[in-house]
Amino acid sequence: MSAAPATPPPASADGAGEQDRLGLLLVPPRHRPAWRLIPARVAAMCVVELQKLRHDRTELYTRAIQPALWLIIFGETFTRINVIPTGGIPYRDYLAPGIIAQSTMFIAIFYGIQIIWERDSGVLTKLLVTPTPRAALVTGKAFAAGVKAIVQAVVVVVIAALLGVSMSWNPLHLAGVIAAVLLGSAFFSCLSVTIAGIVRTRDRLMGIGQAITMPLFFASNALYPTTSMPDWLRVISAINPLSYEVDALRGLLLGVPSHLTLDFAVLVGAAALGITAASALLGRLAR
Amino acid sequence: MSDDGLPEEAAVTCTGLRYSFGRATAVDGLDLTVGAGEVFGLLGPNGAGKTTAIRCMTTLLPVPSGMVRVFGHDVAKDRMRVRRLLGYVPQQLSADSSLTGRENVSLFARVFDVPRRERAGRVAQALEAVGLAEAADRMAGTYSGGMVRRLELAQALVSAPRLLILDEPTIGLDPIARTGVWEHIMAVRAASGMTVLVTTHYMDEADQYCDRVALMHLGRVRAVGTPRRLTDDLRARLGADASPTLEDVFRDVAGSGLDGADHKGGEFRDVRRTRNTASRVG
Ligand SMILES: Nc1ncnc2c1ncn2[C@@H]1O[C@H](COP(=O)(O)OP(=O)(O)OP(=O)(O)O)[C@@H](O)[C@H]1O
Ligand SMILES: [Mg+2]
Repeated sequence: MSAAPATPPPASADGAGEQDRLGLLLVPPRHRPAWRLIPARVAAMCVVELQKLRHDRTELYTRAIQPALWLIIFGETFTRINVIPTGGIPYRDYLAPGIIAQSTMFIAIFYGIQIIWERDSGVLTKLLVTPTPRAALVTGKAFAAGVKAIVQAVVVVVIAALLGVSMSWNPLHLAGVIAAVLLGSAFFSCLSVTIAGIVRTRDRLMGIGQAITMPLFFASNALYPTTSMPDWLRVISAINPLSYEVDALRGLLLGVPSHLTLDFAVLVGAAALGITAASALLGRLAR
Repeated sequence: MSDDGLPEEAAVTCTGLRYSFGRATAVDGLDLTVGAGEVFGLLGPNGAGKTTAIRCMTTLLPVPSGMVRVFGHDVAKDRMRVRRLLGYVPQQLSADSSLTGRENVSLFARVFDVPRRERAGRVAQALEAVGLAEAADRMAGTYSGGMVRRLELAQALVSAPRLLILDEPTIGLDPIARTGVWEHIMAVRAASGMTVLVTTHYMDEADQYCDRVALMHLGRVRAVGTPRRLTDDLRARLGADASPTLEDVFRDVAGSGLDGADHKGGEFRDVRRTRNTASRVG
């Protein structure tokens, strides 16, 4: 119904030209019901992310370099040395899901920097003056970071396949992979937005981002199974959402034993927690 | 509108609005009424508190003390409803430089819930209304300052706001670009009857385009009325042979050390922020 004004509102004779030209701009759009607000905002933010990726693909290529190096150099070397207990599969295969999780986590963690840039450039400010609740904006941004991460995951999967990693191409498994990557990056991007809300400047966030990404990576099962870790590290790994993402990806892509229900429960919980914390702190960014 | 300019229904009312950043009070008991359909100019020196007041009206900052209403809705309580009525162009240039003009406007159509069938048409009309139809598919990063401002205007107009708030829309623009921005604002306003609240440092613009202006200094409105009336009042004080302009009124208000405080506008911080705004594109 809100689309009805195909016929412009009645106009005075002299204003008729203007009315015709601006017809749609004279009628405010109808409100969406509240329950459709979040999905609509998520879609809007994801569309923007895809448009940006379409305009500038260099990031896509440069971001493929690191995971490729990990898989080629680290992966091949340790496949040969054969010291890491992988449960019978080549280390190269074992590593691939870990690198998918790691490289998408990196993208998500630095997404907070993009948010600060958007704050500094006024883009975020303007979005905060639209009928978009904070939580919807954060959820939208979290999934937009997920879109970037999924593109990255596809790139790493292709590299892994070229290197001869045997993965499951079952569509159901791949859908699971997408879900795990999406949830993982939703958590890590919200973590970085939360930190951004606390430290509020790009430089500080850069520093903290750099300080936490490597520990998160090493204190997880991305490179080696938790069974080969000292106890204290195993505790950290057990509260690190990255470990659950890696576990899920291994189960889905390689078909090795994993704990999919627990993994997804933790990832959903972490994403929800991240979105809550980030929405609470987003307002501080605008100030 | 009556002759002294007081309108029937208010688009914005601020009563006793106060806002402080730490110990620095930016807005200090602001009382302001903007009538529906007016073009209202909020003037005042650097650091007077114009942007802070606007950020309270647009729900960007909380309202710690006092009351702000937009078309009768309490800004502190009814945020979502207030935001649906607003189009906002912030002081800094704020288009996303890594999207095209059309994509920039389209984003705002989406977040204002413009239904899909209407979206392309509405976006095209908004771009058309600001004279950017030709450049719509270029990246906003390649736009000139004047074009970015018009793009932001299109972003604000795509949701058919009842109140358009523009914070220094012509800052850093050349005289032709300035006129361009204003003509597009006035054309849409003539067709839609929306209220326009604008801040500017260009007194000639305020004089030419604003129905009423308020002069802010040190966080408070010190004079308000039609430009004509303010200059008349000053003339009455100076003597009949003086012919003061709005700029003289500005100097009169801003130059006076009100409340015993020195003129504190034009602090380094304020000037630097203004210059950043002027130089940044996209
Ligand atoms: N984020 C902030 N943190 C601390 N102080 C601030 C902040 N924003 C503004 N201020 C201070 O509040 C006062 C009012 O600033 P405001 O930006 O509202 O002025 P303005 O009238 O918009 O000035 P201008 O014409 O330069 O844009 C100034 O003294 C400014 O230094
Ligand atoms: Mg200002």
